[in-house]
Amino acid sequence: MDLYEYQGRDLFERHGLPVLAGGVATTPEEARAIAERLGGRVVVKAQVKVGGRGKAGGVKLAEGPDEAVARATDILGMDIKGHTVHKVMITVTADVAEEYYFSYLLDRANRTFLCIASVAGGMDIEQVAAETPDKVVKAPIDAVKGVDEAKAREIVTAAGFPAEVADQVVEIAVGLWQAFVAEDATLVEVNPLAKNGDGRMLLLDAKISLDENAAFRHPDHEALVDQAAVDPLEQAAKAKDLNYVKLDGEVGIIGNGAGLVMSTLDVVAYAGERHGNVKPANFLDIGGGASAAVMANGLEIVLSDPAVKSVFVNVFGGITACDEVANGIIQALALLEQRGEQVTKPLVVRLDGNNAEAGRAILDSANNPLVQRVDTMDGAAERAAELAAAGV
Amino acid sequence: MAIWLTKDSKVIVQGMTGSEGSKHTRRMLAAGTNVVGGVNPRKAGQTVDFDGTELPVFASVADAMAETGADVTVIFVPPQFTKAAVVEAIDAAIPLAVVITEGVPVHDTASFWAYNVAQGERTRIIGPNCPGIASPGASNAGIIPADITGSGRIGLVSKSGTLTYQMMYELRDIGFSTCVGIGGDPIIGTTHIDALAAFEADPETDAIVMIGEIGGDAEERAAEFIKANVTKPVVGYIAGFTAPPGKTMGHAGAIISGSAGTAEAKQAALEAVGVKVGKTPTETAKLMREIMSGS
Repeated sequence: MDLYEYQGRDLFERHGLPVLAGGVATTPEEARAIAERLGGRVVVKAQVKVGGRGKAGGVKLAEGPDEAVARATDILGMDIKGHTVHKVMITVTADVAEEYYFSYLLDRANRTFLCIASVAGGMDIEQVAAETPDKVVKAPIDAVKGVDEAKAREIVTAAGFPAEVADQVVEIAVGLWQAFVAEDATLVEVNPLAKNGDGRMLLLDAKISLDENAAFRHPDHEALVDQAAVDPLEQAAKAKDLNYVKLDGEVGIIGNGAGLVMSTLDVVAYAGERHGNVKPANFLDIGGGASAAVMANGLEIVLSDPAVKSVFVNVFGGITACDEVANGIIQALALLEQRGEQVTKPLVVRLDGNNAEAGRAILDSANNPLVQRVDTMDGAAERAAELAAAGV
Repeated sequence: MAIWLTKDSKVIVQGMTGSEGSKHTRRMLAAGTNVVGGVNPRKAGQTVDFDGTELPVFASVADAMAETGADVTVIFVPPQFTKAAVVEAIDAAIPLAVVITEGVPVHDTASFWAYNVAQGERTRIIGPNCPGIASPGASNAGIIPADITGSGRIGLVSKSGTLTYQMMYELRDIGFSTCVGIGGDPIIGTTHIDALAAFEADPETDAIVMIGEIGGDAEERAAEFIKANVTKPVVGYIAGFTAPPGKTMGHAGAIISGSAGTAEAKQAALEAVGVKVGKTPTETAKLMREIMSGS
């Protein structure tokens, strides 16, 4: 889960890291209240999870509360690279003398964490690394030993931070690592890490990603989810414990296993190239068990998407036997009818693997006019795309 | 002889008395796996009956190894306890630990991996969030269905469980030496490269299927490894061409970050080193079939 900048600022503050005083507003009046509380000159910053907001006019200075209201009015509702601005962060201003860069992130390739530090901050670090690689230090961090003062000093020295800020950066590096671990983050990026005119270091921006697998030990992280930005179908699916991602197409997809479902999306998209360019409407992994109830919940979510014109149920019976899956599909359709749902969209079902013959026989004898059986994944994808194109 | 798991492997189950653990212990036994016991400190000294096979429960992995000579552990404990279970396996220096558990925090995985490295990597870790490893006809450690295919001379390494089963099924008439599900998490103990190296060295493997998916650059690095080290034919499949950037597709590691981790880049890297990449699982199986019938 990626956080907004204001959530990152709050998180840093909670962990005792130096940030600018500020608050978040969803209306111009809230912006006024924050500007009044802060006093003096403030910065109004659009809160969007995309880079380049400064260039897009999403960051403005304001001389006091009245101007803060005006700037917030301008920025709220603005579209930045397809992201609508619903919140602005108001902070006091910084008197920036120098800009540096500091981050911790997951290093998948080396199965560990990485610290990236640079005295060339305020710019895109990938660009800095490409143009002046000697200005960027990448230090692997041992996940057990972590970052203590000695490790932090090693990084700060290697990155060439000036002597007058070195002690402060060491302290921030240790504190930031502690926050990274304590919050189960996979990324904390501070760009810029700034030196203020008075010589004090400040974390002026925050880009943070949190590990959703660690949610069980962070009940407070749930509150960081921006419910308004979550697709309503994804929200409904989550409430039913389904692994669902909304996409833009017309063919609803249900499958078992993340890899198989990803593969199904691809195969449907290829078939769609021959049938009116229809595309997969969603990712939905109902997992290994695939009971009738889970299948019904999945079907309900997929069928409630108005963009869906046909549904492709792609199941490989591994642990689960296909006869159970077939019964699950038939029962799911009956269950939906009991719930008062009118199912009118065609279902293409492909069953393969464990007890496939028995499963197919069950589907055939149920003789449900909505259910069509195709026994290969590629063939079933073709049929589902064809039906979706015909229904569009 | 297959890789890492043979008919001589003696398997214990951490979490054997839990619902998933007991269900799959029963399945592993039915598949002919030599399961010799389980670990649960609160039930040490008890035995559990699996359709007539009495399995002892030990207090620790070390105890189980001392009593039974176990050399493989399969871990089914919930995510909250997975790190402790793996660390216990590492401390006991068991040669192979298969971590089935899904939903392990990546800080925990990074931590037990670093710990394993610090102990000299005495333990091969497969997973987490994986279906395990099966050497058809010999042994099965994890949740891969045992009856899809028999033994043969194809090696398979995959990030995905069901795609593994699909591929095993498509090529069931040819058969497999070993199928390894390495898991879909951002950090995993055994990589595509580890499996490729082992299959290359395995006299019972003639060709290799490698299944990847979006996220990270493991497939790109595997391509470099293949170029320098693998002489056996390799066929590849990548899932996730139509996945949108920034969205996690089921597996915690299956996410395109900016322009990194795309299926296109992985396919290009593999094809650049001469690996044929199928557009669909079926086409991939067909490519492998051509190789096996030509040799």
